[in-house]
Amino acid sequence: MNLSVDIGGIKLKNPLLTASGTFGYGEEYSDLIDLDQLGAIITKGITLKPTVGNPPPRLIETSCGLLNAIGLENPGVEVFIKEKLPYLRQFDTPVIVNIAGEKVNDYVKLAGRLNEVEGIAGLEINISCPNVNSGKQNLLFAQDARWTYEIINKVRKEITLPLIAKLSPDVTDITKIAQAAEEGGANALSLSNTFLGLAINIETKEPKLANFTGGLSGPAIKPLALRIVWETAQTVHLPIIGMGGIMEVDDALEFIIAGATAVALGTVNFVKPKAALEIISGLEKYLIKHKINDLRELRGTLRRRK
Amino acid sequence: MKIFNVGKEIIENKKISSDYYRMTFESKEIAEQAKPGQFLHVKCSDNYDPLLRRPIGIHVVKNNIIAIFYKVVGEGTKLLSQKKVGEELDVLGPLGNGFEIFVGLKLAILIAGGMGVAPLLYLAEALRLKGTETLVLIGARTKKLIFFKKEFASLGCKVKISTEDGTQGFKGLGTDLFKNLLSDLPYIALKEKKKSSVYACGPPEMLKEVAEISQQNNLFSQASLEEQMACGVGACLGCPVKIRGGYKMVCKDGPVFNLKDIEF
Repeated sequence: MNLSVDIGGIKLKNPLLTASGTFGYGEEYSDLIDLDQLGAIITKGITLKPTVGNPPPRLIETSCGLLNAIGLENPGVEVFIKEKLPYLRQFDTPVIVNIAGEKVNDYVKLAGRLNEVEGIAGLEINISCPNVNSGKQNLLFAQDARWTYEIINKVRKEITLPLIAKLSPDVTDITKIAQAAEEGGANALSLSNTFLGLAINIETKEPKLANFTGGLSGPAIKPLALRIVWETAQTVHLPIIGMGGIMEVDDALEFIIAGATAVALGTVNFVKPKAALEIISGLEKYLIKHKINDLRELRGTLRRRK
Repeated sequence: MKIFNVGKEIIENKKISSDYYRMTFESKEIAEQAKPGQFLHVKCSDNYDPLLRRPIGIHVVKNNIIAIFYKVVGEGTKLLSQKKVGEELDVLGPLGNGFEIFVGLKLAILIAGGMGVAPLLYLAEALRLKGTETLVLIGARTKKLIFFKKEFASLGCKVKISTEDGTQGFKGLGTDLFKNLLSDLPYIALKEKKKSSVYACGPPEMLKEVAEISQQNNLFSQASLEEQMACGVGACLGCPVKIRGGYKMVCKDGPVFNLKDIEF
């Protein structure tokens, strides 16, 4: 039975990744889960200089979901390389570094710096965080096909590492953005970042989050994220890391059948730290039950109702 | 210091008074690692609503039996209160940094506001084992909400009660009682750094007041904080507290912090 997948040149032993921002830099979960068993780890977003992040409250639980406005708190690329990466390098699991910036040049500099560092399997370009000023004219870079093309293309020229574009679901037509990322030179797509959301305190009449809006994740967004993956898989043939509300094996299977090559787990890590291992085991059982030898056979097999 | 994610059989889920419950379960692995001031991240629902775990301070640890004391304040704790003896409880812990008990600590002043009294009982037990003189100030709105007076007393602590409505003990806030007591000579004598410590657990307004009083009296003080949490292990960065120079995470760098470092 073969669960291995290839994400734009990065070879994973299985299709389970941990989503950026939900797994820190791995060490925080090391007592709870054997990191060697994961397909890959996507680190928390890194910026050129240290980022302090937003004031609290940064989190609000919603019905079957979570609104977050962390604001990309991170120690900056140099501290990441010196203090966080060494821990991750001891594992047999590829490390994909998520990078974020406010200007196009931030991404280019970051990518160039990380391309020279040993132990990194690929970069996930975060042009879709709804909690920082990553864009122009009140839009995120990932909400405009030309800006998406420009950033991906400029980063592509800087690096030899596999490049994954993490897109925003808050767009009119995801396929246009995905095509722009493909033309820019992306090797794979992460679909998708969180949806922009709002919660209000009815007594104080203020937003519940300090940053006003936040990104919605969790089971509530699964039908939306799944549709995004499916739409994209129809038009763009880059490998897709599908994410958004995956809590158990059935969810992961839906994303794979919709066209995802791999899946990333985010919010579920807070609820069930061992979810990745449960899902890997669940995928094995499904393949055995349906007499499928290779997970690849399942990918994109969504068909019309007869 | 290890963290565990275990499913344990509920031994007791007892209503202590209206909305207040004590739940116990057995876990040798958590009992061996746990320290006063740490918390457990408890899964309350079996489905996705409410989604997240609830962080609850460890109340007592005795012979591998762990107790938590909680109040039903919303959907999560309501589901928790409905769990039956014999059902499995999914917990993650022990989490956080715990209270600091210095070598040579002579006097501990525990200041409890409302629910904050629960984790301080665990601390009082640890202080008893160290032979530290312990004074406990338990404060609440009214007599009905004063808990564990007997339990603290049986550990050898000197207990003083304050209620806002005067139905028991000193009438007023616990922090006013604290201020009054500090003017008592024996306690001022032990202001030497690291010979005494204030341990506070309660609402933010109370902690801010304790911080100010401690600073004015040159007393070392620590407090256990609360904040909305998602992961509980320091990964998601969702539970910051503002300290000098940036943010620290309540779940990992805390929940116990030196009161003088917190920017209220």
